[in-house]
Amino acid sequence: MLLEIRNLHAKIGDKEILRGVDLDINAGEVHAIMGPNGAGKSTLSAVLTGHPAYTVTQGSVMFDGKDLLQMDPETRAREGLFLSFQYPVEIPGVSMVNFMRTAVNEKRRHMGLEPLNASEFLRLMREKKELVEMDNKLTNRSVNEGFSGGEKKRNEIFQMAMLEPRLSILDETDSGLDIDALRIVASGVNKLKTPQNASIVITHYQRLLDYIVPDYVHILYNGRIVKTGSKDLALELEERGYDWIKTEVRD
Amino acid sequence: MSTYSEIYTQNAAMIARHSAGGLNRYREQLYERWSNTGFPTRKTENYRSIDLTEPLSVDYGLNLSRVQIPTDPARLFHCDVPDVSDNIHFVVNDQYYDRPDEPVGELPQGVVVCSMRRACEQYGPLIDAYLSRLVMRFDDPIANFNGAFAQDGLFVYVPDGVRLDRPIQLINIMHAGGPLMANAHNLVVLGNDAYAQLLVCDHCMEQNIRFCATRTTEVFLGQRASYEHYKLENTSTQMCSLNNLLVSQAEGSRFLGNIITLHNGVTRNNISIDQDGPGCDTHLCGMATLDGTQQVDNFSSIHHLHPQGTSNELFKYILDDSSRGVFMGRLKVMPGAQKTEAFQTNRNILLTDTAQVRTKPQLEIYADDVKCSHGATTGQLDEQALFYMRQRGIGEHEAKMLLMQAFVSDVTNNIRIPSLHERITLLVENRLRGNRPTAGHACISNACGGCALADRKNKQ
Repeated sequence: MLLEIRNLHAKIGDKEILRGVDLDINAGEVHAIMGPNGAGKSTLSAVLTGHPAYTVTQGSVMFDGKDLLQMDPETRAREGLFLSFQYPVEIPGVSMVNFMRTAVNEKRRHMGLEPLNASEFLRLMREKKELVEMDNKLTNRSVNEGFSGGEKKRNEIFQMAMLEPRLSILDETDSGLDIDALRIVASGVNKLKTPQNASIVITHYQRLLDYIVPDYVHILYNGRIVKTGSKDLALELEERGYDWIKTEVRD
Repeated sequence: MSTYSEIYTQNAAMIARHSAGGLNRYREQLYERWSNTGFPTRKTENYRSIDLTEPLSVDYGLNLSRVQIPTDPARLFHCDVPDVSDNIHFVVNDQYYDRPDEPVGELPQGVVVCSMRRACEQYGPLIDAYLSRLVMRFDDPIANFNGAFAQDGLFVYVPDGVRLDRPIQLINIMHAGGPLMANAHNLVVLGNDAYAQLLVCDHCMEQNIRFCATRTTEVFLGQRASYEHYKLENTSTQMCSLNNLLVSQAEGSRFLGNIITLHNGVTRNNISIDQDGPGCDTHLCGMATLDGTQQVDNFSSIHHLHPQGTSNELFKYILDDSSRGVFMGRLKVMPGAQKTEAFQTNRNILLTDTAQVRTKPQLEIYADDVKCSHGATTGQLDEQALFYMRQRGIGEHEAKMLLMQAFVSDVTNNIRIPSLHERITLLVENRLRGNRPTAGHACISNACGGCALADRKNKQ
């Protein structure tokens, strides 16, 4: 099993947000996580990637047999965990090339591989840029600086292509995207799919799931996964909203 | 103070006898001014944020009778920045070091680069027209003190219409076996439409000896002249640097100053720029990387005295441990200086709870049709950016490095000599990484890479 979450509780400050999440993900699978605002979706991705603002109070997370919660954020990333941020951060003064080369080579070092030299690295950049139809001028700038919303999301998928993660978490990758950008981003994600990797797609809307078809849909509510189904569950949510889930949980 | 008064009164004749002639003109007056105030204390209005009492109370020696330094500084100190290294001039302590056997790079007709002493002998009218005029106007206790004691320095003259295609480099080196004070006075004069770049590097040969230097540099820019002044301090924790950079700009001239403090003890940079004609452009920036108990105080004043002037000021500090940074940005727009555009920014990053920064913008605007703004921020490294980078597998230490380099990059990007830009970017990186020099005497290095003489541990 690639990811095994057991009874995960987490808080920010004194506020408990995750209250016992259980989730199993195998290689080759796509899992969608949906849920109303404030359910804990973004908290789950922050906790899995090791954001220092959150504290895990209970439970365990195994990533490919290793204790994920014991690792610092950079080790999790080098082990193959990738988060496509809901709000990618602008880093003025740090060039995309320098940023990506450092990231790729730190991962390679972690895996016991030689760092890529300049020409190998540029070749890899070129190849992956084509994959996500990313404009050359974007990779010549500082990280995300002055990028439009759509360009930022495309840049996330470009980085995902560069780093070839085993598990990607796409946190509301569809937010702020027009329909063409959505299609390009989704097609990038689909091209990167292999039997060895897996994705968690966090979204509010069913629309993205037309393009990235999930094997499972989970509903996160009040810090717990309260319902799991096939992709049809997403369609049902689109039609009926979340109120029936809330009622079901209360009963 | 009484010590220096005694030294002065007992040795006035000898100081004058061993001095470049032109520096004697206002010596007595400047001494009188200084003796009325003494050294600045925390009670002196313009020196409230920096305490110079301790470094100024050290019993320094003075080389008033001009005993020659026996060694050629070029043998001890190699600087190999490409395109810069063929026009190097040394001032050891406060003495211009003549190297008659080492011809410096070819200079265009009429250009003069030499010691103040020689300048006073050979270019009397030029010296009389310019020397010490700005010091008299500035009237600051440190500058006055310097005026009482300075005997030599560097002189640069670029005649009307001449453009230097290569920078001139001045290397100031402190070198002595015991505590020493140096007082030097440099003068730079550019004629109308002239262009020059000066790179000033401050170093000290001994890392564990108390040094104090007061260095005044006066700069006069002719009409439409363009001048770039790069100043790099890379000394030691035992160094007290007290600098006065005084600039007068004639109509339509351009000034770019970039004041970089990489490694030091206590540093005060007085920077005073007067736009003495309409349509001047002033670009002043600087940065400091501080740790331990290092202190830097950049005290800047830009005076818009005529219409249609522009000024842009940017200073950035990174402060670690218990270091202390001060920035003062005085901006005066005088009546009649209409259509002035003046902008000022100071940004600081504090890496610890014990580092301190004081920043004070002071805008005095007496004209009504102007655009002026100022901003100051002090904070930590951007936590969100840090996490973003770590999520991509970049280690925390490395991520911080990239963020700190990025933070100062808009200052280092204002270095318009490409090879120097590259070198200083590298020096900043080395400094931030805390790379220790290989030799004990970091300054004595055949590559400025040893310029990274940070005595900090590698904070992994």
